[in-house]
Amino acid sequence: MKQTFDTITSTCIPIAIDNCNTDLIIPARYLASTTRDPKFFGDAFMHDLRYDSDGHLVQDFVLNKKGFCEAPHEGVHEIIVAGQNWGSGSSREHAAWAIAGYGVRVVISSSFADIHRNNLLNCFVLPVIVSPDFQQELFASIEADPQTKVSVDLPNQTVANLATGHAEHFSINGYKKYCLMNGLDDIDFLLKNVGTLPPATPSYEGE
Amino acid sequence: MRTLFDKIWDAHVVQDIPDGPTQLYIDRLYVHEVTSPQAFDTLRDKGIRVLRPRQIFAMPDHNTPSDASEPLTIGSRQMAALKANCDEFGIRHFDAGTKDNGIIHVVGPEKGLSLPGMTIVCGDSHTSTHGAVGAIAMGIGTSEVAQVLASQCILQQKPKTMRINIEGTLSPGVTAKDVALYLMAQMTTGGATGYAVEYSGSVVRSMSMEGRLTLSNLSIEMGSRAGLIAPDEITFEYLRGREYAPKGEAWDAAVEEWRKLRSDDDAVFDKELTFRAEDIAPRITCGTNPGAGIAVDERVPESIQQSELEYLGILPGQKLEGTPIDYAFLGACTNGRIEDFRAFASVVKGHRKADNVTAWLVPGSWAVRQQVIDEGLDKILEAAGFELRLPSCSACLAMNADKVPAGKLCLSTSNRNFVGRQGPGSRTVLASPLTVAASAITGVITDPRKYLQS
Repeated sequence: MKQTFDTITSTCIPIAIDNCNTDLIIPARYLASTTRDPKFFGDAFMHDLRYDSDGHLVQDFVLNKKGFCEAPHEGVHEIIVAGQNWGSGSSREHAAWAIAGYGVRVVISSSFADIHRNNLLNCFVLPVIVSPDFQQELFASIEADPQTKVSVDLPNQTVANLATGHAEHFSINGYKKYCLMNGLDDIDFLLKNVGTLPPATPSYEGE
Repeated sequence: MRTLFDKIWDAHVVQDIPDGPTQLYIDRLYVHEVTSPQAFDTLRDKGIRVLRPRQIFAMPDHNTPSDASEPLTIGSRQMAALKANCDEFGIRHFDAGTKDNGIIHVVGPEKGLSLPGMTIVCGDSHTSTHGAVGAIAMGIGTSEVAQVLASQCILQQKPKTMRINIEGTLSPGVTAKDVALYLMAQMTTGGATGYAVEYSGSVVRSMSMEGRLTLSNLSIEMGSRAGLIAPDEITFEYLRGREYAPKGEAWDAAVEEWRKLRSDDDAVFDKELTFRAEDIAPRITCGTNPGAGIAVDERVPESIQQSELEYLGILPGQKLEGTPIDYAFLGACTNGRIEDFRAFASVVKGHRKADNVTAWLVPGSWAVRQQVIDEGLDKILEAAGFELRLPSCSACLAMNADKVPAGKLCLSTSNRNFVGRQGPGSRTVLASPLTVAASAITGVITDPRKYLQS
């Protein structure tokens, strides 16, 4: 799960669902696992949209469609282009594990829910916020040609639609950019900085 | 000229990382069975201990059975893992089936573990609930749970601030839940993303602590991670004498400090909105996101997405009032408190549950359940054909056995009407305890104002 970032150029999976909540990204019954097994969570990614109640593939859902059903690997389907307010609702990091476990490395949207965006970053999946116009153009390019490639350049903080040649700058703070490019966790930073804490919060029990 | 949020935030800044997030000190971490096992694994993998275990409290709530006849085995792997992890790392653990247990967001304030001025986090988005006591309380992911276990800190970008004023007087039959459902419809589910919200105005000032907890609880459904309410006499009265609240001189000193926890008169918010109580009626949802809502007597608007209408099997222009329901759910961290049970009992008193309705009445904690019994509410409920169940998150997210079957319609006091939230294929309409009570006795979605008893 801990992969370093530079530039990723890949075809995309368009998931044009606005306000897609983390219950849709991974239903609650998959939260019973006590591990972080990428295969388990990758298989559960958007499960109830991919399969009907009898376990059959839902043919017209994008992940099952020709042109998009191939499992992500280098240069192929490593990027999701998502509807606005992606990852709203539950804080379950399992949603980020499902996205990472499925093989996706970048999610592009016009907006992300706050908790999910942090979860993606902590799982080394890069959330890229673009303008609604750029997002809609991406959807259009991919619809016209599923082989459309997008290039996400983290060092230069640019995202480019290679079908149209249009590019945008995206924001990420310098600290997190450094962490992603070097495969560093927040917990490692925090463990180095525990010496500067205030005194323990008082406890009043039994008084 | 600082906001309430600024004051608490500033008091907890360990350092601002240049061109990066803030390292924020955390007073209280709550841990439950679903989002913690992998966090404890991280500590084991790194060979580190929990830094300040006395500031951390754990309890299972998502998986606990609400049916007394069910053994404690459903979800037992996660519950057993939580207990073992707490033993290993020296964290206090309120075990399932004991008097201290319940839903974290009910138990925390109820025990005085969540206090004004604190920073509070938990691996659960409804941690915003605790903001009602005048705290910064936020949901976090499992990686962040591990960070707090290891360092008692998290790394966070400071959010923008928003104040939402609700002015006027609520009409009879309109509850804090209706206020929240109204706000969600006005704001949409992403309208407060990136903001910490402070609730203010005469409606909030006169609201009970239980009502405030309901309001703050639903902040996340507008996208806001934190929903704060400045502490006042209502807060202090609620917290006084609670098990983990300060006592004696420490109490007096604490209250003196807590009185300073209010936004300065000249504080500037990044966004400020005002709503009128007179515009708020009892509310229901009519889509598969909590922002899709109407007054209980209104018609479904054209603006609801086609896919949501199809899932729910409803049409634009249709009234949902009068629609038969299959299930009624009272409970969850949104509406599982004593006031919610009093409200429900006040409506069903002297009536009978409709035969077509399966009702799940699930207290938010063992303390709430005991109080329901002590106040004799259980007898009123029983006489009306309702059974009081055991504390759990229950049908809010259907991780225990309380699953609404596919296609069935549940009128629910919980917080989310997402596709499949209450069980695969289940259909959810969110409402207040009063509306759920009135509907449970008629068997159809019912305006609670017709059943208000003095």
